[in-house]
Amino acid sequence: MSVQEETVWQGDVEKLRGLVSDRALSGETMVLNMGPQHPSTHGVLRLLLELDGEDIVNCIPDIGFLHTGIEKNMEAKRYEQSITMTDRMDYLNPLGNNLAYCLAMEKLIELDVPPRAQVIRVLLAELTRINSHLVWLGTHALDIGAMSVFLYCFREREKILDIFEMVSGQRMMSTYFRPGGLWRDVPEEFEPAVRDFIDYFPAKVDDYEKLLSNNPIWLDRTQGIGFISAEDAIALGCTGPTLRGSGVNWDIRKALPYSGYEQFDFEVPLGVHGDVYDRYIIRIEEMRQSLRIVEQAIDNLPGGLFRSNNRKYVPPPRAELGHSMEAVIHHFKLWTEGFRPPKGEVYVRVESPRGELGCFLASDGSPRPWRVRFRTPSFVHLSALPHMAKGHLIADLVGIIGSVDIVLGDCDR
Amino acid sequence: MGVTPKLGELGVVTTRLEDAVNWARTRAMWPMLFGLACCAIEMMSTQASNYDMSRFGMELMRPSPRQSDLMIVAGRVTRKMAPVLRQLYDQMPEPKWVLSMGDCASCGGVFNNYAIVQGVDEIVPVDVYVAGCPPRPEQLIHGIITLHERIKQERIADWA
Amino acid sequence: MTKLDPIEALQAAFGDAIEDVSTFRGDTTVVVSAAKIADIGRYCLQTEGLEYNLLSDVTGIDYYPQEPRFAVAYHLYSLPHNRSLRLKVYLPGDDPVVPSVTPVWPTANWFEREIYDLLGVTFTDHPDLRRILMPEGWDGHPLRKDYPLGYETVQFSFNFDEVDRHKPYAKE
Repeated sequence: MSVQEETVWQGDVEKLRGLVSDRALSGETMVLNMGPQHPSTHGVLRLLLELDGEDIVNCIPDIGFLHTGIEKNMEAKRYEQSITMTDRMDYLNPLGNNLAYCLAMEKLIELDVPPRAQVIRVLLAELTRINSHLVWLGTHALDIGAMSVFLYCFREREKILDIFEMVSGQRMMSTYFRPGGLWRDVPEEFEPAVRDFIDYFPAKVDDYEKLLSNNPIWLDRTQGIGFISAEDAIALGCTGPTLRGSGVNWDIRKALPYSGYEQFDFEVPLGVHGDVYDRYIIRIEEMRQSLRIVEQAIDNLPGGLFRSNNRKYVPPPRAELGHSMEAVIHHFKLWTEGFRPPKGEVYVRVESPRGELGCFLASDGSPRPWRVRFRTPSFVHLSALPHMAKGHLIADLVGIIGSVDIVLGDCDR
Repeated sequence: MGVTPKLGELGVVTTRLEDAVNWARTRAMWPMLFGLACCAIEMMSTQASNYDMSRFGMELMRPSPRQSDLMIVAGRVTRKMAPVLRQLYDQMPEPKWVLSMGDCASCGGVFNNYAIVQGVDEIVPVDVYVAGCPPRPEQLIHGIITLHERIKQERIADWA
Repeated sequence: MTKLDPIEALQAAFGDAIEDVSTFRGDTTVVVSAAKIADIGRYCLQTEGLEYNLLSDVTGIDYYPQEPRFAVAYHLYSLPHNRSLRLKVYLPGDDPVVPSVTPVWPTANWFEREIYDLLGVTFTDHPDLRRILMPEGWDGHPLRKDYPLGYETVQFSFNFDEVDRHKPYAKE
């Protein structure tokens, strides 16, 4: 294999001319390399920091250490085959990625999803949001120095993973959604497990708040740090909790409802100051609101089909293959060739725990997508990181990285 | 070890030097905090409350390669990351072990393309492979115990 | 709040630069002339009644072997009016160059770097056009259709020895 030696920066400031200020070239400020192996960069992010003492003058993110070529790989596979790839993009939000890709496919082939599947999708997507926020809270608090929150968050997370495992057989990469509905129906023990979680979880969120929200160390480390104004946030493309932390009321679940979100009653928490603390409060509140959605979904879980009956795109159930020749033909066609969507291009937005997750799908009429593109929130937020980090101390940088909730798999794809 | 210490009266313990050294190595094996992708989240689960890797003397993840004994390659290794990974491996002090966690690190997994190294054994020598995408925490613990068993078999003659 | 029809407004303001308008599955696509994209973007952002203030995504598409080979699609969204629009430019295969929209929407910076990296489309007036995902000095642009996927033979039990002979193993 070809090892590209120059990817490892050897400390030559001259190579960074144009990126760092002139003071760095004369040696007045120091250029420090942070990452790609660093405990608080949440993966393999590399940052070049120009420091004046402890103050950050310039911050240059270097990404791509986890560039997996998912988009290229998806072009080589049939539409349905690449659902597994989307899980591994944003690995804290696997079902959300499935949802974005399936919605894009369904928009392309104009496939309707039965109500039961839609509600289960929303339910699981919201559990995924809670799951993602729990990992975020645990690691964010760990970065700032609160160890115990991490242990509590992962304890609760295991309960959600048990539910995922129950429905799909996998803890994390569940690949449970399919175009037209779900892989299969949820098992009997699903409903009691979700109800248990609904009873169990609210007290735990209160516990996290007790540990952090009024903790003087936490307040000192988060308030007034990583400020971004509403205008700058929009101009830099921030979405999700990062945008709402600055007080802009834009949640795709409310603005452009998908998968039946308009039937659910929930609130969108908003921040005022646009700092690390506000983003923290928003995510804590979002966990409560997500739980409300889960509760409404499980109370009003409709019966009926768990995936569409359109046999051109959705495989027939196994039982039908024994007595229906038509079912055998559809099954054979779908598993050997796949379906052929019409020529065209669609763009679908969903609200991932981090912000706007967009899926752009271009079809040329063949069973393989011509171009798949994911607009991922971490990528955009990372490009806004220098704006937030400038002028702060280097110790605050870990808090800022944590607060915008970066997942490098989501960023590099 | 050959002797069970009696309560209150330890007396003399006899054992072979290599057994004592191997025991010490397996009971405090510090892994490097080195998460790459999805598997890193399962590695964190293994560290956290429900699975608790500190039962095996591994509660201390070292962020620095200079202080760590075990490199858990948790996730897919890209062509851009490969030189960094090798540099980190070279910085670890001897004796050192590598555990390749997950399909991507072991053989490329589902990502058979231009960007991903098809198996981290092309870059660093691997002692134990753990399959799964991502492996469950139990699988990772099993991989680590397998490594411990291997270390216990090591003999002084091999070290030289 | 006044709300303008984006197609009419763009056609009135730019005339011939608006090459084609189409709607597919509810998404409106406006194909515009590549040289005018920055001006059109600024108009979409600043005109009262349009205010497409959030640039959701910029993506490049390779239509190889068709000509014009490349396209760049801009997904705009207007927060005040809650609607979206896709602008699209087509670029020739031999020299794909398009003006950057980073001066209009700062968020385009990294999107354009990504397209430059993966598809080899050049953006003029871009403040910092470098590779972003692939290592510096990487040969080629991976997302182009004539770039191979890079598939390597998978080692199974029937071809274990054969692959093992070629596979490089690392030394201590």
